[in-house]
Amino acid sequence: MSDVAITQNPALIEVNPPLVRAADLHSLTEQISTIVEGDVLKTPMKYWITLSITGSVTVLLLAMLTYLVATGIGVWGNNRPIGWAWDITNFVFWIGIGHAGTLISAILFLFRQKWRTSINRSAEAMTLFAVMCAGIFPLFHTGRPWRAYWLFPVPNTDITMWQNFRSPLIWDVFAVSTYFTVSLLFWYTGLVPDLATLRDRAISKIKQWVFGILSLGWRGSARHWRNYEAAYLILAGISTPLVLSVHSVVSFDFATSVIPGWHTTIFPPYFVAGAIFSGFACVMTLLLVARWTLNLQNLITIKHLENMNKIILVTGSIVGYAYACEFFIAWFSGNIYERFTFWNRAFGPYWWAAWSMYTRNVFIPQLYWFKKLRTNLWVMFVISITTNIGMWFERFVIIATSLTRDFLPTSWGFFHPTWVDMCTFAGTIGLFLTLFLIFARFLPMIAISEVKGVLSHEKRFFKGQKAPVEVNQ
Amino acid sequence: MKLDPDQIREKLGIGADKVYGVIGEFDDPHELVHAGRKIREMGYTKLDAMTPFPVHGIDDAIGIPYSKLGWIVIPVSLAGTATAALLIWYVGAIQDKFVIGGKPLFDFTFSIPVMFELTILFTAFATFMGMWALNGLPRLYHPSLNYKNSHRASDDRFLLVIEADDPNFDAQKSAEHLRSVGAGDVEVVEG
Repeated sequence: MSDVAITQNPALIEVNPPLVRAADLHSLTEQISTIVEGDVLKTPMKYWITLSITGSVTVLLLAMLTYLVATGIGVWGNNRPIGWAWDITNFVFWIGIGHAGTLISAILFLFRQKWRTSINRSAEAMTLFAVMCAGIFPLFHTGRPWRAYWLFPVPNTDITMWQNFRSPLIWDVFAVSTYFTVSLLFWYTGLVPDLATLRDRAISKIKQWVFGILSLGWRGSARHWRNYEAAYLILAGISTPLVLSVHSVVSFDFATSVIPGWHTTIFPPYFVAGAIFSGFACVMTLLLVARWTLNLQNLITIKHLENMNKIILVTGSIVGYAYACEFFIAWFSGNIYERFTFWNRAFGPYWWAAWSMYTRNVFIPQLYWFKKLRTNLWVMFVISITTNIGMWFERFVIIATSLTRDFLPTSWGFFHPTWVDMCTFAGTIGLFLTLFLIFARFLPMIAISEVKGVLSHEKRFFKGQKAPVEVNQ
Repeated sequence: MKLDPDQIREKLGIGADKVYGVIGEFDDPHELVHAGRKIREMGYTKLDAMTPFPVHGIDDAIGIPYSKLGWIVIPVSLAGTATAALLIWYVGAIQDKFVIGGKPLFDFTFSIPVMFELTILFTAFATFMGMWALNGLPRLYHPSLNYKNSHRASDDRFLLVIEADDPNFDAQKSAEHLRSVGAGDVEVVEG
């Protein structure tokens, strides 16, 4: 490390303002810890009202799953020829949401993007909750979730069969369970130094015990940090190919079949880009609300949000390119089934779903070419929501429109979701929000130790300079 | 067997008569690095620092070697790859010999996804557990916690430690040395 501090040219403060603003390290600790430490009984009423709403929706999910198990899988609208419908749509949707968390924590770490430190904790938590929601659908689509261990190569006496490793579905089992486990380990590793901070600040005996045990005796020794940083780098290094592989494997479920509209080699990159696109939109929605309700404007600045919008613009454009490419290949292949599928996708019975997806995923994000729009909070809030609706439709369109027209016109059909389908999906949204609300209240939502690293660096870099007041808070 | 608290303390190395080291604190990470370097130049070898975030440069300043974690992780990762290959081969070509979709009983190509995922899974566990093992965690007690400001090492203070195991350690003199490089609140810590 050089002993000479490099300081910024004061004339550049307007173009390159500091990323985070806090008076000193202690006030940063205070700001984030007090969110977690406040008396549970004194949590604002609006929190309990929101939690009770999302909690009720979660109860609805439990009721729907109980009803499904008690009655049979026929309570969902899946039927010939659309045997995969909302369940797989929702599975792919939720897995995709999760991808932004890993991208922020792993890929942006490898690219040394300092702005990730303010948003990585909540994005990683979101990943875990999204993958939990995703897992519900294939698990219950089996009809007998208590037999789920048949999916794993564990010796058992009730069936004398093993898994078929030639099938992409078993790859998916391995990919998704690995993804969840690795994300959990990564998230917890990052959380330990902050739990130690909370432990050291805890006043009540119970909190000292709970945070004391969870922080594993972390004391911030230089030896600890050296191993910790090595571990963080390895975890980021393996999570990067992992996150790319998970949605690639999810896309193999479709791409390795011979269904027109599914059987394409563009699926893996196309799915990964779409996953990151939808995931960033979801992080954006959650962060905008958290930033506003918890007064985190000094840590999650317009700069962070603008950077995320740039990624949304890039990935949205990649998705748009993939749509165009699919249409071109359908025409260029000369295959009548392929051509028909894509014509049917845009102008057939599901035209409304397809056009809603093209509009929301390709055209609307193009507004982010304008700095005024990508730094406007209302614009980004609305676009983050339309993007997620659009990406849900994308999965639905890929799955349903490809199956709705079988090779034989006698087997053509149309998918009608049942009320159970709708309530189950709504229920997973409730579960996701409930878990996120509990997380935001009881664990530090911002990686305290990582932001301190950035703050300490910037304090030196911007020595004696006053950052311009940010408009549009 | 009767448990004698004094014996337990003795066994664990916890006791009023034992000295863990001297600890002093700094307000700024850069001061810590400078002070650490100076202290090391005085001939101390058993040094440690406690900081709220990883301070870059402190490792070199106080002589902390590079992490050995990679050496633990690599063999476990390869074991993950091998486990997956063996599993798929055993299940497909030995246990259940069904020809499905005209595909071979075992082949490298369709094994890639699961081999990759298990490599990642094994790597993650090796990294996670290896890191805690190398750090000697989890543990419930550490003598450095007896320092009066140890709770601020996770907040906004940067602590520098000269451990008592150091051959040059002398409670009085080492404390003096820490003060001379600018450390505040220097204390001899018992453990």
